[in-house]
Amino acid sequence: MNVLEATGLEVRYGDLTAVDGVALTLAEGETLAVLGANGAGKSTLLAALAGTHLPTSGSVLLDGEPVTRVPAHRRVRRGIALVPEGRRIFGSLTVEENLLMGRYPKRPGPWDLRAVYDMFPQVAEMRDRRGSVLSGGQQQAVAIGRALLANPRVLLLDEASLGLAPTVVTQIYDAVRRITAAGTTALVVEQDLDQALRVADRVQCLLGGRTVLEAPAAGLDRDTVADAYFGITHPPPPPR
Amino acid sequence: MDWLNAGVQGVLLGGQYALLACGLSLIFGVMRIVNLAHGVLAVLAAYLSLVLVQQGLPLWLAIVVVVPVFAALGYAVQRGLFNPALAQARGRTSGELAPLLVSFGVAVALTNLLQEVFSADTRKIPTGELASAGLPLGQLSIGVLPLITLIVAAVVIAGVQLFLARTATGRAMRAVADDAGAAAMVGVDPKHMYAVATALAFATLALAGVFVGMSTQFSPGHGDLVLLFAFEVVIIGGLGSLWGTLAGGVVLGLAQTIGAQIDPQSGVLAGHIVFLAVLVVRPGGLITRGTTSGSVPA
Repeated sequence: MNVLEATGLEVRYGDLTAVDGVALTLAEGETLAVLGANGAGKSTLLAALAGTHLPTSGSVLLDGEPVTRVPAHRRVRRGIALVPEGRRIFGSLTVEENLLMGRYPKRPGPWDLRAVYDMFPQVAEMRDRRGSVLSGGQQQAVAIGRALLANPRVLLLDEASLGLAPTVVTQIYDAVRRITAAGTTALVVEQDLDQALRVADRVQCLLGGRTVLEAPAAGLDRDTVADAYFGITHPPPPPR
Repeated sequence: MDWLNAGVQGVLLGGQYALLACGLSLIFGVMRIVNLAHGVLAVLAAYLSLVLVQQGLPLWLAIVVVVPVFAALGYAVQRGLFNPALAQARGRTSGELAPLLVSFGVAVALTNLLQEVFSADTRKIPTGELASAGLPLGQLSIGVLPLITLIVAAVVIAGVQLFLARTATGRAMRAVADDAGAAAMVGVDPKHMYAVATALAFATLALAGVFVGMSTQFSPGHGDLVLLFAFEVVIIGGLGSLWGTLAGGVVLGLAQTIGAQIDPQSGVLAGHIVFLAVLVVRPGGLITRGTTSGSVPA
Protein backbone atom coordinates (compact mmCIF):
# COMPACT_ATOMS: atom_id res chain seq x y z
CA MET A 1 0.00 0.00 0.00
CA ASN A 2 1.12 3.56 -0.64
CA VAL A 3 2.23 5.47 2.42
CA LEU A 4 1.07 8.75 0.94
CA GLU A 5 -1.37 9.25 -1.88
CA ALA A 6 -2.76 12.52 -3.20
CA THR A 7 -5.32 12.85 -5.98
CA GLY A 8 -6.66 15.87 -7.82
CA LEU A 9 -5.10 18.35 -5.42
CA GLU A 10 -6.05 21.94 -6.05
CA VAL A 11 -4.63 24.60 -3.75
CA ARG A 12 -5.36 28.29 -3.99
CA TYR A 13 -4.05 31.51 -2.50
CA GLY A 14 -6.98 33.83 -2.98
CA ASP A 15 -7.61 33.96 -6.73
CA LEU A 16 -4.30 32.32 -7.59
CA THR A 17 -4.39 28.59 -8.21
CA ALA A 18 -0.90 27.48 -7.13
CA VAL A 19 -1.50 23.74 -7.46
CA ASP A 20 -3.90 22.69 -10.17
CA GLY A 21 -4.94 19.06 -10.08
CA VAL A 22 -1.76 17.28 -8.97
CA ALA A 23 -1.69 13.58 -8.09
CA LEU A 24 1.20 11.82 -6.44
CA THR A 25 1.99 8.56 -4.70
CA LEU A 26 4.74 7.52 -2.33
CA ALA A 27 5.38 3.84 -1.75
CA GLU A 28 6.91 2.50 1.45
CA GLY A 29 10.63 3.33 1.61
CA GLU A 30 10.54 5.33 -1.60
CA THR A 31 12.05 8.78 -2.14
CA LEU A 32 10.24 11.08 -4.53
CA ALA A 33 11.76 14.35 -5.72
CA VAL A 34 9.35 17.07 -6.74
CA LEU A 35 11.12 19.48 -9.06
CA GLY A 36 10.22 22.73 -10.70
CA ALA A 37 11.09 26.39 -11.04
CA ASN A 38 10.05 29.15 -8.66
CA GLY A 39 6.27 29.43 -8.60
CA ALA A 40 5.73 25.94 -10.03
CA GLY A 41 3.69 25.05 -6.96
CA LYS A 42 6.15 22.74 -5.19
CA SER A 43 6.06 24.33 -1.74
CA THR A 44 2.30 24.81 -1.95
CA LEU A 45 1.94 21.11 -2.76
CA LEU A 46 3.99 20.28 0.34
CA ALA A 47 1.88 22.66 2.42
CA ALA A 48 -1.24 20.78 1.34
CA LEU A 49 0.39 17.44 2.20
CA ALA A 50 1.60 18.70 5.60
CA GLY A 51 -1.66 20.47 6.39
CA THR A 52 -0.24 23.98 6.76
CA HIS A 53 -2.39 25.18 3.85
CA LEU A 54 -5.52 23.15 3.14
CA PRO A 55 -6.48 22.35 -0.48
CA THR A 56 -9.70 23.59 -2.05
CA SER A 57 -10.31 20.19 -3.61
CA GLY A 58 -8.72 16.79 -3.95
CA SER A 59 -7.70 14.32 -1.28
CA VAL A 60 -4.67 13.23 0.71
CA LEU A 61 -4.45 9.69 2.09
CA LEU A 62 -1.94 8.60 4.68
CA ASP A 63 -1.69 4.80 4.85
CA GLY A 64 -5.07 4.72 3.14
CA GLU A 65 -6.74 7.00 5.67
CA PRO A 66 -7.99 10.42 4.51
CA VAL A 67 -6.16 13.34 6.20
CA THR A 68 -7.14 16.04 3.68
CA ARG A 69 -8.75 18.39 6.24
CA VAL A 70 -6.62 17.41 9.24
CA PRO A 71 -4.69 20.45 10.54
CA ALA A 72 -0.88 20.36 10.55
CA HIS A 73 -0.42 19.80 14.29
CA ARG A 74 -2.57 16.66 14.21
CA ARG A 75 -1.14 15.43 10.92
CA VAL A 76 2.39 15.25 12.33
CA ARG A 77 1.03 13.12 15.18
CA ARG A 78 -0.21 10.72 12.49
CA GLY A 79 3.18 10.62 10.82
CA ILE A 80 3.66 13.40 8.25
CA ALA A 81 6.64 15.52 9.31
CA LEU A 82 7.65 18.63 7.39
CA VAL A 83 11.10 20.20 7.25
CA PRO A 84 9.90 23.64 6.22
CA GLU A 85 11.43 26.05 3.77
CA GLY A 86 13.60 28.51 5.69
CA ARG A 87 14.18 25.91 8.45
CA ARG A 88 11.93 27.68 10.99
CA ILE A 89 14.20 26.89 13.95
CA PHE A 90 12.97 28.12 17.35
CA GLY A 91 15.45 30.94 17.95
CA SER A 92 15.18 31.23 21.73
CA LEU A 93 15.33 27.47 22.33
CA THR A 94 18.61 25.61 22.53
CA VAL A 95 19.55 23.13 19.82
CA GLU A 96 18.62 20.22 22.06
CA GLU A 97 15.30 21.86 22.99
CA ASN A 98 14.61 22.37 19.28
CA LEU A 99 15.23 18.67 18.71
CA LEU A 100 13.11 17.70 21.72
CA MET A 101 10.22 19.63 20.16
CA GLY A 102 10.32 16.94 17.48
CA ARG A 103 9.50 14.43 20.24
CA TYR A 104 6.30 16.35 21.07
CA PRO A 105 4.01 13.95 19.15
CA LYS A 106 5.61 11.06 21.12
CA ARG A 107 5.63 8.70 18.14
CA PRO A 108 7.63 5.52 18.75
CA GLY A 109 10.38 4.56 16.32
CA PRO A 110 14.10 4.30 15.70
CA TRP A 111 14.89 8.01 15.91
CA ASP A 112 15.95 9.38 19.28
CA LEU A 113 18.34 12.16 20.30
CA ARG A 114 21.35 9.83 20.12
CA ALA A 115 20.51 8.69 16.59
CA VAL A 116 20.15 12.30 15.44
CA TYR A 117 23.43 13.30 17.10
CA ASP A 118 25.12 10.33 15.40
CA MET A 119 23.71 11.49 12.08
CA PHE A 120 24.77 15.11 12.62
CA PRO A 121 27.86 15.20 14.91
CA GLN A 122 28.23 18.96 14.48
CA VAL A 123 24.72 19.38 15.91
CA ALA A 124 25.71 17.38 18.99
CA GLU A 125 28.54 19.82 19.65
CA MET A 126 26.10 22.73 19.51
CA ARG A 127 23.42 21.21 21.71
CA ASP A 128 23.44 23.98 24.33
CA ARG A 129 23.58 26.88 21.88
CA ARG A 130 20.49 28.86 21.04
CA GLY A 131 18.83 28.20 17.70
CA SER A 132 19.20 31.84 16.66
CA VAL A 133 23.02 31.71 16.63
CA LEU A 134 23.33 28.74 14.26
CA SER A 135 24.56 28.99 10.68
CA GLY A 136 22.19 28.11 7.86
CA GLY A 137 23.64 24.63 7.44
CA GLN A 138 23.47 23.92 11.17
CA GLN A 139 19.88 25.14 11.24
CA GLN A 140 19.04 22.84 8.34
CA ALA A 141 20.57 19.88 10.16
CA VAL A 142 18.58 20.73 13.32
CA ALA A 143 15.39 21.11 11.30
CA ILE A 144 15.88 17.70 9.71
CA GLY A 145 16.74 16.16 13.08
CA ARG A 146 13.66 17.74 14.64
CA ALA A 147 11.43 16.22 11.95
CA LEU A 148 13.11 12.81 12.27
CA LEU A 149 12.47 12.73 16.02
CA ALA A 150 8.76 12.62 15.22
CA ASN A 151 9.56 9.19 13.73
CA PRO A 152 7.45 10.05 10.71
CA ARG A 153 5.85 7.65 8.25
CA VAL A 154 6.83 10.15 5.60
CA LEU A 155 9.38 12.95 5.73
CA LEU A 156 8.67 16.08 3.67
CA LEU A 157 11.75 18.15 2.88
CA ASP A 158 11.21 21.62 1.44
CA GLU A 159 14.11 23.31 -0.39
CA ALA A 160 16.81 22.05 1.95
CA SER A 161 19.54 23.58 -0.26
CA LEU A 162 18.11 27.11 -0.21
CA GLY A 163 20.66 29.76 0.74
CA LEU A 164 23.41 27.28 1.65
CA ALA A 165 26.96 27.03 0.30
CA PRO A 166 27.46 24.18 -2.20
CA THR A 167 29.67 22.16 0.17
CA VAL A 168 27.07 22.48 2.92
CA VAL A 169 24.32 21.43 0.51
CA THR A 170 26.34 18.31 -0.33
CA GLN A 171 26.73 17.49 3.39
CA ILE A 172 23.00 17.95 3.99
CA TYR A 173 22.12 15.69 1.05
CA ASP A 174 24.69 13.12 2.18
CA ALA A 175 22.68 12.93 5.37
CA VAL A 176 19.38 12.79 3.46
CA ARG A 177 20.78 9.85 1.47
CA ARG A 178 21.67 7.99 4.63
CA ILE A 179 18.24 8.73 6.10
CA THR A 180 16.34 7.49 3.05
CA ALA A 181 18.70 4.53 2.61
CA ALA A 182 17.75 3.48 6.16
CA GLY A 183 14.17 3.06 4.91
CA THR A 184 12.51 6.40 5.67
CA THR A 185 9.89 7.31 3.08
CA ALA A 186 10.61 10.82 1.86
CA LEU A 187 9.35 13.51 -0.45
CA VAL A 188 12.00 16.05 -1.39
CA VAL A 189 11.15 19.37 -2.98
CA GLU A 190 14.23 20.81 -4.57
CA GLN A 191 15.43 23.33 -7.15
CA ASP A 192 18.93 21.86 -7.19
CA LEU A 193 18.52 19.17 -9.83
CA ASP A 194 21.79 17.33 -9.11
CA GLN A 195 21.12 16.96 -5.40
CA ALA A 196 17.54 15.85 -6.06
CA LEU A 197 18.64 13.19 -8.53
CA ARG A 198 21.23 11.92 -6.00
CA VAL A 199 18.60 10.98 -3.45
CA ALA A 200 15.45 10.31 -5.49
CA ASP A 201 14.05 7.00 -6.70
CA ARG A 202 11.48 8.83 -8.75
CA VAL A 203 11.06 12.36 -10.05
CA GLN A 204 7.94 14.42 -10.57
CA CYS A 205 8.29 17.76 -12.29
CA LEU A 206 5.79 20.59 -11.82
CA LEU A 207 5.14 23.54 -14.10
CA GLY A 208 2.45 26.10 -13.44
CA GLY A 209 0.89 23.94 -10.75
CA ARG A 210 0.60 20.85 -12.98
CA THR A 211 2.64 17.69 -13.33
CA VAL A 212 4.58 17.81 -16.58
CA LEU A 213 6.97 14.90 -16.07
CA GLU A 214 6.96 11.78 -13.93
CA ALA A 215 9.78 9.28 -14.30
CA PRO A 216 12.16 6.99 -12.41
CA ALA A 217 15.30 8.86 -11.40
CA ALA A 218 17.66 6.10 -12.57
CA GLY A 219 18.88 6.80 -16.08
CA LEU A 220 16.89 9.99 -16.29
CA ASP A 221 18.31 12.40 -18.83
CA ARG A 222 19.19 15.68 -17.15
CA ASP A 223 18.12 17.63 -20.25
CA THR A 224 14.70 16.00 -20.24
CA VAL A 225 14.17 17.20 -16.69
CA ALA A 226 15.52 20.65 -17.49
CA ASP A 227 13.16 20.98 -20.45
CA ALA A 228 10.18 19.94 -18.35
CA TYR A 229 11.43 22.25 -15.60
CA PHE A 230 11.29 25.28 -17.86
CA GLY A 231 8.47 24.05 -20.10
CA ILE A 232 10.63 24.28 -23.20
CA THR A 233 9.37 21.18 -25.01
CA HIS A 234 5.94 19.67 -25.18
CA PRO A 235 6.05 16.96 -22.57
CA PRO A 236 3.95 13.83 -22.80
CA PRO A 237 0.76 13.91 -20.72
CA PRO A 238 1.37 12.79 -17.14
CA PRO A 239 0.68 9.09 -16.61
CA ARG A 240 -2.27 8.36 -14.34
CA MET B 1 15.96 54.91 59.96
CA ASP B 2 12.96 56.31 58.07
CA TRP B 3 14.81 55.78 54.83
CA LEU B 4 15.69 52.20 55.72
CA ASN B 5 12.07 51.62 56.63
CA ALA B 6 10.96 53.07 53.29
CA GLY B 7 13.37 50.72 51.54
CA VAL B 8 12.11 47.63 53.37
CA GLN B 9 8.47 48.55 52.84
CA GLY B 10 9.23 49.25 49.18
CA VAL B 11 10.67 45.77 48.63
CA LEU B 12 7.65 44.24 50.36
CA LEU B 13 5.24 46.31 48.25
CA GLY B 14 7.21 45.19 45.20
CA GLY B 15 6.19 41.61 45.94
CA GLN B 16 2.55 42.48 45.41
CA TYR B 17 3.33 44.39 42.22
CA ALA B 18 5.43 41.55 40.84
CA LEU B 19 2.66 39.04 41.56
CA LEU B 20 0.19 41.35 39.79
CA ALA B 21 2.45 41.73 36.76
CA CYS B 22 3.37 38.05 36.35
CA GLY B 23 0.27 37.15 34.33
CA LEU B 24 0.48 40.27 32.18
CA SER B 25 4.11 39.45 31.40
CA LEU B 26 3.30 35.83 30.55
CA ILE B 27 0.45 36.65 28.16
CA PHE B 28 2.51 39.31 26.46
CA GLY B 29 5.56 37.04 26.24
CA VAL B 30 3.71 34.13 24.65
CA MET B 31 1.31 35.91 22.27
CA ARG B 32 2.12 39.65 22.23
CA ILE B 33 -1.27 40.56 23.66
CA VAL B 34 -1.43 43.41 26.16
CA ASN B 35 -4.41 42.27 28.18
CA LEU B 36 -6.11 45.50 29.20
CA ALA B 37 -8.65 43.52 31.25
CA HIS B 38 -5.82 42.34 33.52
CA GLY B 39 -6.54 44.82 36.32
CA VAL B 40 -10.31 44.47 36.46
CA LEU B 41 -9.98 40.68 36.33
CA ALA B 42 -7.74 40.83 39.42
CA VAL B 43 -10.41 42.96 41.09
CA LEU B 44 -13.05 40.42 40.05
CA ALA B 45 -10.99 37.72 41.79
CA ALA B 46 -10.90 39.91 44.91
CA TYR B 47 -14.70 40.29 44.83
CA LEU B 48 -15.24 36.58 44.33
CA SER B 49 -13.06 35.68 47.31
CA LEU B 50 -14.78 38.38 49.37
CA VAL B 51 -18.17 36.83 48.56
CA LEU B 52 -16.91 33.36 49.45
CA VAL B 53 -15.43 34.62 52.74
CA GLN B 54 -18.73 36.35 53.52
CA GLN B 55 -20.46 33.02 52.89
CA GLY B 56 -18.36 31.64 55.72
CA LEU B 57 -15.50 29.99 53.85
CA PRO B 58 -12.07 30.37 55.39
CA LEU B 59 -9.84 32.61 53.27
CA TRP B 60 -7.42 29.86 52.26
CA LEU B 61 -10.32 27.77 50.96
CA ALA B 62 -11.67 30.78 49.02
CA ILE B 63 -8.25 31.05 47.34
CA VAL B 64 -8.23 27.33 46.58
CA VAL B 65 -11.61 27.79 44.85
CA VAL B 66 -10.98 31.09 43.05
CA VAL B 67 -7.59 30.26 41.50
CA PRO B 68 -8.72 27.15 39.53
CA VAL B 69 -11.95 28.91 38.54
CA PHE B 70 -9.85 31.71 37.07
CA ALA B 71 -7.58 29.24 35.29
CA ALA B 72 -10.67 27.74 33.62
CA LEU B 73 -11.96 31.24 32.85
CA GLY B 74 -8.60 32.08 31.28
CA TYR B 75 -8.74 29.02 29.06
CA ALA B 76 -12.28 29.92 27.95
CA VAL B 77 -11.50 33.62 27.37
CA GLN B 78 -8.52 32.70 25.20
CA ARG B 79 -10.45 30.17 23.09
CA GLY B 80 -13.59 32.29 22.85
CA LEU B 81 -12.27 35.85 22.57
CA PHE B 82 -8.52 36.26 22.16
CA ASN B 83 -7.86 33.43 19.67
CA PRO B 84 -10.48 34.69 17.19
CA ALA B 85 -9.07 38.21 17.61
CA LEU B 86 -5.54 36.94 17.01
CA ALA B 87 -6.70 35.08 13.89
CA GLN B 88 -8.25 38.31 12.65
CA ALA B 89 -5.11 40.25 13.41
CA ARG B 90 -2.95 37.74 11.51
CA GLY B 91 -5.46 37.80 8.64
CA ARG B 92 -4.98 41.58 8.74
CA THR B 93 -8.66 42.35 8.50
CA SER B 94 -8.40 44.56 11.57
CA GLY B 95 -4.69 44.95 12.15
CA GLU B 96 -2.62 44.05 15.19
CA LEU B 97 -4.97 46.03 17.39
CA ALA B 98 -7.77 43.45 17.42
CA PRO B 99 -6.73 41.50 20.55
CA LEU B 100 -5.96 44.75 22.38
CA LEU B 101 -9.40 46.14 21.54
CA VAL B 102 -11.13 42.92 22.60
CA SER B 103 -9.37 43.03 25.98
CA PHE B 104 -10.33 46.70 26.30
CA GLY B 105 -13.95 45.76 25.67
CA VAL B 106 -13.76 43.07 28.34
CA ALA B 107 -12.25 45.57 30.79
CA VAL B 108 -14.97 48.18 30.23
CA ALA B 109 -17.85 45.71 30.33
CA LEU B 110 -16.53 43.91 33.40
CA THR B 111 -15.94 47.15 35.33
CA ASN B 112 -19.54 48.18 34.71
CA LEU B 113 -20.84 44.75 35.59
CA LEU B 114 -18.96 44.86 38.90
CA GLN B 115 -20.48 48.25 39.64
CA GLU B 116 -23.97 46.92 38.93
CA VAL B 117 -23.47 43.95 41.23
CA PHE B 118 -21.30 45.35 44.02
CA SER B 119 -21.90 49.14 43.74
CA ALA B 120 -19.01 51.60 43.76
CA ASP B 121 -18.45 51.24 47.53
CA THR B 122 -14.94 50.32 48.57
CA ARG B 123 -14.44 46.88 50.13
CA LYS B 124 -11.67 44.92 51.72
CA ILE B 125 -11.24 41.21 52.27
CA PRO B 126 -11.25 40.74 56.05
CA THR B 127 -8.06 39.08 57.27
CA GLY B 128 -8.50 39.47 61.04
CA GLU B 129 -5.25 39.87 62.92
CA LEU B 130 -3.14 39.27 59.81
CA ALA B 131 -3.84 42.80 58.54
CA SER B 132 -1.99 44.47 61.40
CA ALA B 133 0.45 41.70 62.38
CA GLY B 134 4.10 42.70 62.21
CA LEU B 135 7.45 41.11 62.89
CA PRO B 136 9.88 43.34 64.78
CA LEU B 137 13.23 43.64 63.03
CA GLY B 138 15.53 45.93 64.98
CA GLN B 139 13.59 49.15 65.13
CA LEU B 140 11.62 48.25 62.01
CA SER B 141 8.39 46.37 61.76
CA ILE B 142 7.87 43.96 58.87
CA GLY B 143 4.21 43.47 58.01
CA VAL B 144 3.35 39.78 57.98
CA LEU B 145 0.85 40.10 55.10
CA PRO B 146 3.25 42.01 52.78
CA LEU B 147 5.96 39.48 53.67
CA ILE B 148 3.69 36.57 52.76
CA THR B 149 2.78 38.37 49.52
CA LEU B 150 6.45 38.81 48.61
CA ILE B 151 7.21 35.15 49.33
CA VAL B 152 4.17 34.02 47.32
CA ALA B 153 5.25 36.28 44.45
CA ALA B 154 8.76 34.84 44.43
CA VAL B 155 7.46 31.26 44.62
CA VAL B 156 4.89 31.83 41.85
CA ILE B 157 7.42 33.49 39.53
CA ALA B 158 10.04 30.81 40.21
CA GLY B 159 7.39 28.16 39.63
CA VAL B 160 6.25 29.62 36.30
CA GLN B 161 9.88 30.05 35.28
CA LEU B 162 10.67 26.41 36.13
CA PHE B 163 7.56 25.27 34.28
CA LEU B 164 8.67 27.17 31.17
CA ALA B 165 12.29 26.05 31.40
CA ARG B 166 11.97 22.42 32.44
CA THR B 167 8.69 20.88 31.29
CA ALA B 168 7.70 19.68 27.82
CA THR B 169 4.60 21.88 27.91
CA GLY B 170 6.65 24.90 28.95
CA ARG B 171 9.10 24.21 26.14
CA ALA B 172 6.19 23.98 23.69
CA MET B 173 4.89 27.29 25.02
CA ARG B 174 8.25 28.95 24.31
CA ALA B 175 8.30 27.34 20.87
CA VAL B 176 4.84 28.76 20.10
CA ALA B 177 6.03 32.19 21.27
CA ASP B 178 8.98 31.94 18.85
CA ASP B 179 7.07 30.69 15.81
CA ALA B 180 3.51 29.43 16.14
CA GLY B 181 3.47 28.06 12.59
CA ALA B 182 6.63 26.03 13.10
CA ALA B 183 5.29 24.78 16.44
CA ALA B 184 2.18 23.49 14.65
CA MET B 185 4.47 21.63 12.24
CA VAL B 186 5.95 19.64 15.13
CA GLY B 187 2.55 18.79 16.59
CA VAL B 188 1.77 21.64 19.00
CA ASP B 189 -1.70 23.17 18.68
CA PRO B 190 -0.97 26.89 19.07
CA LYS B 191 -4.58 27.74 19.98
CA HIS B 192 -4.53 25.23 22.82
CA MET B 193 -1.08 26.36 23.96
CA TYR B 194 -2.19 30.01 24.00
CA ALA B 195 -5.16 28.99 26.11
CA VAL B 196 -2.93 27.09 28.55
CA ALA B 197 -0.72 30.19 28.88
CA THR B 198 -3.74 32.39 29.54
CA ALA B 199 -5.12 29.89 32.05
CA LEU B 200 -1.80 30.04 33.91
CA ALA B 201 -1.75 33.83 33.68
CA PHE B 202 -5.31 34.11 35.02
CA ALA B 203 -4.47 31.78 37.91
CA THR B 204 -1.57 34.03 38.99
CA LEU B 205 -3.71 37.11 38.41
CA ALA B 206 -6.47 35.71 40.65
CA LEU B 207 -3.95 35.03 43.41
CA ALA B 208 -2.62 38.57 43.02
CA GLY B 209 -6.15 39.97 43.10
CA VAL B 210 -6.87 38.24 46.41
CA PHE B 211 -3.70 39.69 47.94
CA VAL B 212 -4.62 43.15 46.67
CA GLY B 213 -8.07 42.71 48.20
CA MET B 214 -6.55 41.77 51.54
CA SER B 215 -4.17 44.74 51.72
CA THR B 216 -6.06 47.55 49.97
CA GLN B 217 -9.52 49.08 49.85
CA PHE B 218 -10.83 48.22 46.41
CA SER B 219 -13.81 49.17 44.24
CA PRO B 220 -14.78 48.15 40.68
CA GLY B 221 -12.68 51.01 39.28
CA HIS B 222 -9.57 49.88 41.16
CA GLY B 223 -8.63 47.68 38.21
CA ASP B 224 -7.31 50.69 36.29
CA LEU B 225 -4.66 51.35 38.92
CA VAL B 226 -3.81 47.63 39.14
CA LEU B 227 -3.36 47.45 35.36
CA LEU B 228 -1.23 50.59 35.37
CA PHE B 229 1.11 49.30 38.09
CA ALA B 230 1.33 45.85 36.51
CA PHE B 231 2.12 47.39 33.14
CA GLU B 232 4.82 49.61 34.67
CA VAL B 233 6.37 46.60 36.37
CA VAL B 234 6.49 44.65 33.12
CA ILE B 235 8.10 47.56 31.25
CA ILE B 236 10.60 48.30 34.01
CA GLY B 237 11.57 44.64 34.31
CA GLY B 238 11.75 43.98 30.59
CA LEU B 239 9.02 42.60 28.35
CA GLY B 240 8.62 38.87 28.58
CA SER B 241 11.24 38.25 31.25
CA LEU B 242 9.71 36.82 34.42
CA TRP B 243 12.73 37.40 36.66
CA GLY B 244 12.72 40.92 35.25
CA THR B 245 9.10 41.16 36.36
CA LEU B 246 10.09 40.33 39.95
CA ALA B 247 12.89 42.91 39.80
CA GLY B 248 10.53 45.42 38.18
CA GLY B 249 8.02 44.95 40.99
CA VAL B 250 10.67 45.65 43.60
CA VAL B 251 11.94 48.71 41.69
CA LEU B 252 8.43 50.16 41.40
CA GLY B 253 7.68 49.42 45.06
CA LEU B 254 10.93 51.08 46.13
CA ALA B 255 10.31 54.11 43.91
CA GLN B 256 6.86 54.59 45.45
CA THR B 257 7.85 54.23 49.11
CA ILE B 258 11.04 56.26 48.76
CA GLY B 259 9.14 58.89 46.79
CA ALA B 260 6.54 59.01 49.55
CA GLN B 261 9.35 59.40 52.08
CA ILE B 262 10.53 62.50 50.23
CA ASP B 263 7.02 63.89 49.89
CA PRO B 264 4.03 61.94 51.25
CA GLN B 265 1.87 63.06 48.31
CA SER B 266 4.30 61.99 45.61
CA GLY B 267 4.80 58.24 46.08
CA VAL B 268 2.80 57.12 43.04
CA LEU B 269 4.23 59.97 40.98
CA ALA B 270 7.77 58.82 41.80
CA GLY B 271 6.85 55.36 40.50
CA HIS B 272 5.60 56.83 37.24
CA ILE B 273 8.79 58.90 36.88
CA VAL B 274 11.00 55.82 37.33
CA PHE B 275 8.83 54.01 34.76
CA LEU B 276 9.30 56.88 32.29
CA ALA B 277 13.02 57.04 32.99
CA VAL B 278 13.41 53.32 32.26
CA LEU B 279 11.44 53.73 29.03
CA VAL B 280 13.79 56.52 27.95
CA VAL B 281 17.11 55.07 29.11
CA ARG B 282 16.54 51.32 28.74
CA PRO B 283 13.45 50.76 26.60
CA GLY B 284 14.08 47.00 26.71
CA GLY B 285 13.76 46.98 30.50
CA LEU B 286 16.30 46.46 33.27
CA ILE B 287 16.63 42.74 32.59
CA THR B 288 16.98 42.41 28.86
CA ARG B 289 16.15 39.40 26.81
CA GLY B 290 18.70 36.64 26.55
CA THR B 291 20.21 37.06 30.00
CA THR B 292 17.75 34.71 31.67
CA SER B 293 17.70 31.22 30.28
CA GLY B 294 14.29 29.79 29.67
CA SER B 295 12.37 33.03 29.84
CA VAL B 296 9.63 33.56 27.33
CA PRO B 297 11.19 35.94 24.83
CA ALA B 298 9.57 39.21 23.98
